[in-house]
Amino acid sequence: MSRRYELPDISQPGKVGYSLPTLDMPAAELPPAEMLRSDLALPEVSEAELVRYFTHLSKLNYGIDTGFYPLGSCTMKYNPKWHEDVARLPGFASIHPFQPAGSVQGALRLMFELQAYLAEITGMDGVSLAPLAGAQGELASILMVKAYHRKDSARSKILVPDSAHGTNPATGTMGGFEVVSVPSDDKGDVDLGKLESIMDENVAALTLTLPNTLGLFDTRIGKISQLVHDKGALLCGDGANLNSLVGKARFGDMGFDCVQLNLHKTFSTPHGGGGPGSGPVCARAVLTEFLPSPVVAKDGEEYRLASPASSIGILGAAYGNFGVMVRAYAYIRTLGAAGLREVSENAVINANYLKEKLKPYYHLPYDRPCMHEIVFSGKRQKTQGVRALDIAKRLLDFGFHPPTVYFPIIVDEAIMVEPTESESKATLDSFIDAMKQIAREAEENPEMLHSAPHHTPVRRLDEAKAARQPDLRWRMGNDKERAGTA
Amino acid sequence: MNPKEYKYTKEHEWVRPESGNRCKVGITSYAQHQLGDIVFLELPAPETQVKQFEKMGEIESVKAVSDLFSPVTGKVLETNGAAIDKPELVNEDPYGKGWLARIELGRISEVDSLMNSDEYDRLVAGLGEQPSE
Repeated sequence: MSRRYELPDISQPGKVGYSLPTLDMPAAELPPAEMLRSDLALPEVSEAELVRYFTHLSKLNYGIDTGFYPLGSCTMKYNPKWHEDVARLPGFASIHPFQPAGSVQGALRLMFELQAYLAEITGMDGVSLAPLAGAQGELASILMVKAYHRKDSARSKILVPDSAHGTNPATGTMGGFEVVSVPSDDKGDVDLGKLESIMDENVAALTLTLPNTLGLFDTRIGKISQLVHDKGALLCGDGANLNSLVGKARFGDMGFDCVQLNLHKTFSTPHGGGGPGSGPVCARAVLTEFLPSPVVAKDGEEYRLASPASSIGILGAAYGNFGVMVRAYAYIRTLGAAGLREVSENAVINANYLKEKLKPYYHLPYDRPCMHEIVFSGKRQKTQGVRALDIAKRLLDFGFHPPTVYFPIIVDEAIMVEPTESESKATLDSFIDAMKQIAREAEENPEMLHSAPHHTPVRRLDEAKAARQPDLRWRMGNDKERAGTA
Repeated sequence: MNPKEYKYTKEHEWVRPESGNRCKVGITSYAQHQLGDIVFLELPAPETQVKQFEKMGEIESVKAVSDLFSPVTGKVLETNGAAIDKPELVNEDPYGKGWLARIELGRISEVDSLMNSDEYDRLVAGLGEQPSE
């Protein structure tokens, strides 16, 4: 059965998927009748039907192991299967956070060496692997900024360019700061004139996503760093887009005081529903005493957990998402310095290839070399009555995961494509062909796009209704009621 | 089209003067069209003091969460419960049933300095969009 179905569709009263052995103990008494219910409707199916149902559901999944997944900003690249073997080694998978350090020296050594690799890659002096995800790494950065300025209470503002990740302003607010937005200029870079006029002694830090969410590298980063530091403020990096810079440019060399990394993205771990994140924070010497706890130190030949002198404290249970650290370590060791440089080169080349091939068909708001991702605007198609969402939905018919749409918000009808370094030219070409055909359809047959997707197990979902009237509780039969009212 | 008797801000809010220093405020048709399907409104509680051009709430659409700015300074008298319950009213009828708040004006002169409908029509036309659908 290729059509999508639900268990109640095949339920028959009296069918069971289990057989219990004869009771060889005295039966326990049931709770009082008023505490029991008899009206709980559950689907009744055999074991084989249940297995087929779940197998059927599993075939509806779409992931990076199924096909191209150019979801901008998310770095959905291939995750080597060998990493999974390594992360499952008993010495990594079966240890306990509170085991004596002497009995987990291998795990601590891995953390110690990973700290050193990340310090080398970012050009920073110290690293804590503790943050559990990118946004928590950002929070660690901002709390470190706060600790650094602890004697200067006038520093109440965090500046964030309008091309930043959405988490950047949220993080500043979480840290107790007032967040001030810095506009971009017409090239997509930070507007230096505006920055200069906003920069004063009340600014604690500027948080810069580099490359920014337009996929652009701000070439005046040296000047930005100078403007920020001249006023005694700090420069924080959002390193979530590091897969375009590894082995090419280092945050420390560019004047950043701290930066968080997204190991699950740049250093390859299944993420976005596939697993947890890890957001190490890397700092220059001025901030290392504030790094979150723990960090791994080495005394002679002995590795141990330590807390930096004025640490902002712990950020979660145990020592961070260790399994992601193992995979990142495996990735770095497998590829080596030359391989990591190639990762960045391929990420950037792939995005620029898509940019050049698609720019005759889709408006390109910032026509200049991009880094690991490229942001088009569906502006031209909008005049034909087709929205970015329609383009995204139509791509599903071609078997592709759609790009990110409507982000960054500074681009009208944004279509944000991140091909990643994993993809071959053949895959990119088939995506380009699909995008060209969709641009043609927008001109000749917009209805084809308005009614897309056509070949998926479910058609277009009513996202507005789902948000306005969320139905979070499944009860047998109520999906039929819903179908009746839809 | 945008009603003649309303006043407008660059941030696409409208003000409709009422009797006795009161006004109704909401977002324009252009704004609701840009936002797409609106799914959630966070509006200030009655008695809240709001300042002109400062944030007074949030509008969540299927695309994004956006700040809502107050077009005037004053005290919030009431918010539109019907629109909070059914945010689609803001999409369907932004100038009528989809109003957001009633405000007691702190400075009446502020309203005069806002754009009239002709000026707002020109602003929207300059953004390269159809003013409304």
